[in-house]
Amino acid sequence: MDNTSLFVVVLLTGLALVILGLTAAILLSPKSINFQKGETYECGLPTRGTSWMQFRVGYYLYAILFLMFDVETIFLFPWATVVRQLGTSGFISVLIFVVILGLGLAYAWRKGVLKWT
Amino acid sequence: MNYNQPLELTGLVSNLHEFFRDNLSPFWATLVEGALVLLALLTLYAVIALALIYIERKITAFFQSRLGPNRLGKYGVIQSIADMIKILIKEIIHIKEVDKFLFYAAPFFVIVSSMLTFGAIPFGQGLQAVDFNIGIVYVLATSSIGIIGVLLAGWSSNNKYSMLGAMRSGAQFISYELSAGFALMTVVVLSGTMQLSEIVESQRYAWNIFNGHILALIAFIIYLISGHAETNRGPFDLPEAEGELTAGYHTEYSGLQFGFFYLAEYLNMFIIASIATTVFLGGWMPIQIKGWDAFNQIMWYIPSYVWFFGKAGFLVFLSLWVRWTFPRMRIDLLLNLEWKYLLPINLINIIVMVVMVLMGWTLSDWFPALFGN
Repeated sequence: MDNTSLFVVVLLTGLALVILGLTAAILLSPKSINFQKGETYECGLPTRGTSWMQFRVGYYLYAILFLMFDVETIFLFPWATVVRQLGTSGFISVLIFVVILGLGLAYAWRKGVLKWT
Repeated sequence: MNYNQPLELTGLVSNLHEFFRDNLSPFWATLVEGALVLLALLTLYAVIALALIYIERKITAFFQSRLGPNRLGKYGVIQSIADMIKILIKEIIHIKEVDKFLFYAAPFFVIVSSMLTFGAIPFGQGLQAVDFNIGIVYVLATSSIGIIGVLLAGWSSNNKYSMLGAMRSGAQFISYELSAGFALMTVVVLSGTMQLSEIVESQRYAWNIFNGHILALIAFIIYLISGHAETNRGPFDLPEAEGELTAGYHTEYSGLQFGFFYLAEYLNMFIIASIATTVFLGGWMPIQIKGWDAFNQIMWYIPSYVWFFGKAGFLVFLSLWVRWTFPRMRIDLLLNLEWKYLLPINLINIIVMVVMVLMGWTLSDWFPALFGN
């Protein structure tokens, strides 16, 4: 079998594990009706309001930085495989690329994005 | 050089393949083979998870001067099977306030992600389900699908603890994903290929960690640290910090739905160890020394999957050791470690690695008679 069909098989394996497991659990497990069981978990008191609210912006800044570097990773992987064939010229052009991204990180650092207050 | 390998499973695999090809029509042969792969992966996944849970509890107990599970079976060996049955017959509680669709979809993401990565691991010679020529990128891509499941679980639960846990987990995972990616890229530079089977093959006489000496060692350590952080273990388990967040993103999950998160966490620990083994420690390749035919033959008598599980098991032990040695970190320290130390070190490391490869300073360039392929 070729890789693509094997990939589909592995994907189905994952889905099968969850579906079979859940089916077995639903068939085997006891069921009882209790109004309070469906309440959101909280330490003794009933929870107040929903949790879908404004959230700290720090997390999103990290996400933006991550996006920048993750795209860089994808660009660099093809180059990394053929680094021996490309030689010095390839190295220098990628060096410029990496330095620009490094400057981006330095800028974010300087601006205090990486500081958690 | 071909050596005698009495206990390998490659023969079995190719015999089965030929048997189906001769006796069935192509469509049915493919279908039966697919079903066999599915069953094999499912069994291996479950067995490894159960074994890991038992081993983890036992080793943890020894680290803390306890006995650990010792009631069921000799030394408590069937404890995790009992746990599995117990979790299977627990009621799945339906919470009123959750976002229903996403709440029930989240375990799928987590399990499918770890299963996809699991399928790409070369467990032994010829024992690899998916072997793309972009193996490393495939592994990075599939393993990071899991975080979508975690974020969905935390958000859809509509619980403050879950939300906080998921946000922390997300920030932590995406940060350390970068380091893991760059550390693996260092090895891609060294071995010149992204296909996992070829990476293993290229480490026949010199494991990558030796071939790239200092730089590969740095990359290896960085990969282990980011691996621990990605799996929310070790000193980095603050998404699940019990004291402040009860159970983190899976607070609202019960029964088997919680079991899936638990399962995926253990499997991810094993997957990180296996990727590190494959990429840095020679995968299933036995220890071989060029020219020492008798020695190599003896090493080949030990089957390749034993080598693989031995090396991966050692790394799993290392991760447990780290987990029970260091205290939990604070979120800002955790993110600082990644963004202010590991990432810059990694960027410089990869540049220096390229210089090393281009200048021919690797071990196989220096001593081609001893380490060259």
